[in-house]
Amino acid sequence: MAGNPVKRSLFYEFIKGLWDESPVFRQLLGMCPTLAVTTTTVNGLSMGLATSFVLVCSATIVSLIRKLIPNQVRIASYIVVIATFVTMADLFLKGNFPDISKALGPFVPLIVVNCIILGRAEAYASRHSPFPAFVDALGMGVGFTLALIVLGTIREIFGSGTIFGVLNFEPWVIMILPGGAFITLGLLIALMNALKERAK
Amino acid sequence: MDLLIIFISAAVVNNFVLIYFLGICPFLGVSNKLEKAFSMGLAATFVMVLAASVTWLINHWILIPFNLPFLQYVSFIIVIASLVQFVEMFIRKISPTLYRALGIFLPLITTNCAILGLALLSALREYNFIQSVIFGLAAGVGFTLALCIMAGIREELDLAPVPEPFKGAPITLIIAGLLALAFMGFAGLIAG
Repeated sequence: MAGNPVKRSLFYEFIKGLWDESPVFRQLLGMCPTLAVTTTTVNGLSMGLATSFVLVCSATIVSLIRKLIPNQVRIASYIVVIATFVTMADLFLKGNFPDISKALGPFVPLIVVNCIILGRAEAYASRHSPFPAFVDALGMGVGFTLALIVLGTIREIFGSGTIFGVLNFEPWVIMILPGGAFITLGLLIALMNALKERAK
Repeated sequence: MDLLIIFISAAVVNNFVLIYFLGICPFLGVSNKLEKAFSMGLAATFVMVLAASVTWLINHWILIPFNLPFLQYVSFIIVIASLVQFVEMFIRKISPTLYRALGIFLPLITTNCAILGLALLSALREYNFIQSVIFGLAAGVGFTLALCIMAGIREELDLAPVPEPFKGAPITLIIAGLLALAFMGFAGLIAG
């Protein structure tokens, strides 16, 4: 019995990142990479995975060192931790997946300033012990990756004009262009709002 | 001439916010009042010009001579964070009203990806010092421009009957999409 509430709340910490507090659709965090790299599903997926790696590692480290950091310099310290993991992710991508690294361009180093990561470090990891912080970060990372995959897939389908090679239609060039990114995300968030309204 | 092309390219043709998707968070967050948007734009431009110069110096005088390019991200972000701290103190001294109006968004300039993006892009394109500073200024002007246009539209939007699910972020994003399409019209202005 005693273990149950803890377990349930840990599960909730994970699941809340997927829907209730989805970083992209609900909290509107991490918009820049969301809009910029989701021209294809693969780009969205790799960006999501790279961000999740940094998010999980830095949340765990921040939580481990939370009692050692003086309050005044905490943000700067978090950023240094985050930048270290971003450098690792960037070098890994450059070394093993040069094509993806090239497609994502400056948005891999820009994970440093992704507000989701600093937001989780400040709002959650700095106040909780390492394991819950790890689970929370994992949930947020998965939620972020899912959102990127959804957006990337929609833009790839309409932008390239084929659905699994079955249905062929004139590609909508706008979906690949920056304007399409904004409009697709706007429509998706509106859809989420409408669904939530109906659920009530 | 070269400098003019860099300026126009970064300010309108490849607008940081609408084409490169840098600095979307303040773009969505502070763009509800024109006055606030303009001050935010100015503060960000100021940080951008400073950041462009300081990161260039660090890159060319410390990181490249000592062969430390892997420290680029860490050192750049530290420089930007301290610059923002400096600007924050400066604004608090000069104009307490503005300081209160900008509120939380002032320290958040640190995590404005436009600024780190600017430093990384100018390192990537191997600009010289003057070019980097012009690039920083142009990026700031472009950011302010996008922010002010958006704020102007959103002030009108307060009076418009927007469908319930579209209220807030969705309609703002869709307007941003239309603006991005409009800005693509500048693409023919200069080649490359």
